[in-house]
Amino acid sequence: MKRKSNFIFTGLSSLCAASFFGGCSQMLLLDPKGPIGDAERFVIIAAFVLMLIVVIPVFVMVFWFARRYRASNRKATYSPKWSYSTKIDLAMWLVPLAIVTALGVLSWSATHSLDPYKPLDSAVKPIRIEVVSLDWKWLFIYPDYDIAVVNQLVFPAKVPLSFRVTSDTVLTSFFIPQLGSQIYAMAGRQSRLHLMADEPGTYAGHNQQFSGRGYADMHFKANAVSREQFEAWVQNTRQSPDKLDLARYEKLEKPGVGSPVMQFSSVKPGLFDKIVSKYQTGALEGR
Amino acid sequence: MFGKLSLAAIPFENPIIMGAVGGSILLAVVILVLITYYRKWTYLWQEWLTSLDHKRIGIMYIILALIMLLRGFSDAVLMRSQQALAAGASQGFLPPGHFDQIFSAHGTIMIVFMAMPFLAGLINIVVPQQIGARDVAFPFLNAVSLWLTAAGALLVMVSLGVGEFSKAGWSGYAPLVERQYSPSTGVDYWVWAFQIAGIGSLMTSINFLVTILRMRAPGMTLMRMPMFVWTAFFTSVLMAFAFPVLTVALALLTLDRYLGMHFFTNALGGEIMMYINLFWIWGHPEVYIVILPAFGVFSEVVATFCGKRLFGYRSMVYATATIMVLSFSVWVHHFFTMGAGPDVNIFFGITTMLIAIPTGVKIFNWLFTMYRGRIRFTTPMYWTLGFIATFAVGGMAGVLLSLPPADYVLHNSLFLIAHFHTMLIPGSVFGFFAGYYYWFPKAIGFPLNEKLGKWAFWAWLIGFDLAFAPLYVLGFMGMPRRMEHYANPAWQPYLIIAAGGVAVILIGIFLQLIQLAVSIKQRHATRDLTGDPWNGRTLEWATASPPAVYNFARTPVVHDIDAFMDMKEKDIAYRQPDQYHDIHMPKNTAKGLVNGALVFVFGFAMVWYIWWLAILSALGIIFTLIVRASDDDTEYVIPAAEVERIESRRHRQLTTAAGSRPAGGQTSLQPSPAV
Repeated sequence: MKRKSNFIFTGLSSLCAASFFGGCSQMLLLDPKGPIGDAERFVIIAAFVLMLIVVIPVFVMVFWFARRYRASNRKATYSPKWSYSTKIDLAMWLVPLAIVTALGVLSWSATHSLDPYKPLDSAVKPIRIEVVSLDWKWLFIYPDYDIAVVNQLVFPAKVPLSFRVTSDTVLTSFFIPQLGSQIYAMAGRQSRLHLMADEPGTYAGHNQQFSGRGYADMHFKANAVSREQFEAWVQNTRQSPDKLDLARYEKLEKPGVGSPVMQFSSVKPGLFDKIVSKYQTGALEGR
Repeated sequence: MFGKLSLAAIPFENPIIMGAVGGSILLAVVILVLITYYRKWTYLWQEWLTSLDHKRIGIMYIILALIMLLRGFSDAVLMRSQQALAAGASQGFLPPGHFDQIFSAHGTIMIVFMAMPFLAGLINIVVPQQIGARDVAFPFLNAVSLWLTAAGALLVMVSLGVGEFSKAGWSGYAPLVERQYSPSTGVDYWVWAFQIAGIGSLMTSINFLVTILRMRAPGMTLMRMPMFVWTAFFTSVLMAFAFPVLTVALALLTLDRYLGMHFFTNALGGEIMMYINLFWIWGHPEVYIVILPAFGVFSEVVATFCGKRLFGYRSMVYATATIMVLSFSVWVHHFFTMGAGPDVNIFFGITTMLIAIPTGVKIFNWLFTMYRGRIRFTTPMYWTLGFIATFAVGGMAGVLLSLPPADYVLHNSLFLIAHFHTMLIPGSVFGFFAGYYYWFPKAIGFPLNEKLGKWAFWAWLIGFDLAFAPLYVLGFMGMPRRMEHYANPAWQPYLIIAAGGVAVILIGIFLQLIQLAVSIKQRHATRDLTGDPWNGRTLEWATASPPAVYNFARTPVVHDIDAFMDMKEKDIAYRQPDQYHDIHMPKNTAKGLVNGALVFVFGFAMVWYIWWLAILSALGIIFTLIVRASDDDTEYVIPAAEVERIESRRHRQLTTAAGSRPAGGQTSLQPSPAV
């Protein structure tokens, strides 16, 4: 999915967004800020345009036929026994088949290139982030920096992000719309997601899978910043008096709605894996 | 003694719930008083509640569906008003616990207790008549199914006032529905109501598979069956294969909740994704279960009101069969975001896209039936045209969601909500309404007021577009589904428009209620004497309106796809036979109703852990069924003389009607300039 090939669609999408919905700044999915979201917008718009090949004729025909063949229009041909034409029958099977074939080819390659598990092509070393969904908050662990944050995600722009995602509660879905793909967070297993922001900015992130009482408040800000700002933020977080050991984690994990942003200056090593394996072993400490 | 049940289970402190409960009870009391006042209990009992007549059972199914439509729609009104208000700091008027119950109830009710009984009702009324049969294969089983569905619906309604309903969504994803995360009785109400109605649907499907395969009139080969019969058949196949999966999934969940097992828990080897797989292995075919019969209705309506054979009948049959088969191969598209590999996702993505092909074929079949037709713009035709135009949009959104990379950003958003409502409201509800208007004169004996019907249609169509177009936009704005409140103020204007749309639909529903009242009032003037008010093409129009209990005094012989049109053209449609024979019909029995009542008690007892009552009612159920099974005297005979009396009266009516033509068929010829 080359960025160049896609500028027609960028124009098209902003045009439709602007004319119909009064500005596209709020149309997050049509205003992506990263390569994954960008490619996914391309898929959406390409598929949309392809499907118009069938949908527009349907629209035209339904209004045209309804008007032309109204009972009061005695000039229109009336063939009550006419009920089959091989040509029309073939066309109505083959045209949709052709479009679905095109869509199939498009989505075959896009599904493989946009596989959430696939690392991004980039010369820059990715930042690893471990995501744990809790009732009803998000815990982000940065194993490379030995820090953790609740309900706030900070990362440098133009650097690939490599997420490992799990849940220490019910099924949830980790999603930052403007960066692209979401992925389920499931207890007892990890899922993977690779994203990147092209430019600094604050992007909304949330849980996209209903998870009970505090679900509506289970959102966070994803701040893409410059490399320097990120390093400064990491240093700042390391000053936090709060440390995420097992006891602190067990307190954190208790259900609660509307949790504030929390920062932890150190994290129990292997915490993420302990949370994943807790559902096999029965306890965080393992046996 | 009463398990977990105590007075504390009644939410006295919640004015909205108590208002709804009070309203429902008041309405029920008014109805009961009216029945008593007009001394209709005997009539109701003998002619309806204990009836095994497929037409009566069908009508009762549809009454149930319409009542539950009102309930489900009230839930929609509450949700849309809450979301229109609860932006930024505002929390709206519904606390999360209540909002969560409302969307869970809305989905459960609309799918299981509105769409399912509606389609079961239409199939019941129409299919036996269209195949020239006198009844279904298993009349008693039919009553059992009806009363099981009613028992499930009653459980949902009771949960309003006693305890609470599930807060875990209509699909009840594990592990949120497990005891650990949902300890209260809400999920138990959901699980039992769902389970009971599901078993009823399974029985319905077996009944209609046998009816359609074994009871067709002579000459009606499979390839001469009306399209509605085909779709009823395919739907029954889907039900027969899909519902057992749901039954098992819910049973395993029940074991988890009641006996502490671990099928779908997070820990101890439970597998949450197994529940989600099982649910959608039922859930996706279920979409086609509720849509295919509506497609059948559209096919009948288009052919009748275009005065023309259905275009590409064989193509239509094969397209529908293709949809039936493919619908079992797409369920993973409900959770592309699970993290399955790209090969798995693209497999299910492509099977999903493939369904668009036969669906497109069907749309073009209807369009080419209109081509060179002579279209009468009646109410059923309005719903059909509204459906074709809107459904194309919903289908497009659906294909978009079938592309895994698009689904990665659109999954669980309001775009998804908009998509499946565009499939299920035009695709299913519009179809059921088209059938309701089309077959109302057949089932009841007089037509519904056309003018009010068209107004109602416009209110529904405009309201629908207003309510769901903003949701497509909101999906692109990143708004997830099921939000009790939200921080982003940019979403609010769209949600206010959507709430306005619901208000317009509400006007449509009021118009339909008024229409029903007006039509009943005008019934003496509009009575359909011919049995064929629309100049119909299929056999159900050969019977009287409403049909005699035995439908056909003599079994018709079929020579063509449009069997009745063929008879009319050969001028043999109304020929009175030289002699009549005795007709055997099933006797009324209260055991279907009793069984349903006992199942309701059983469900209620299980929800509240009242074990003694559960055991007693379970024994009662078994006892009722054994008593019924040992009863050999289940039929009665209508003597030939009585049949002759009824038929002669019908033929006198036909003569009167022929004299005073144009009766039904021509009155509706009044063309409308535009759609």
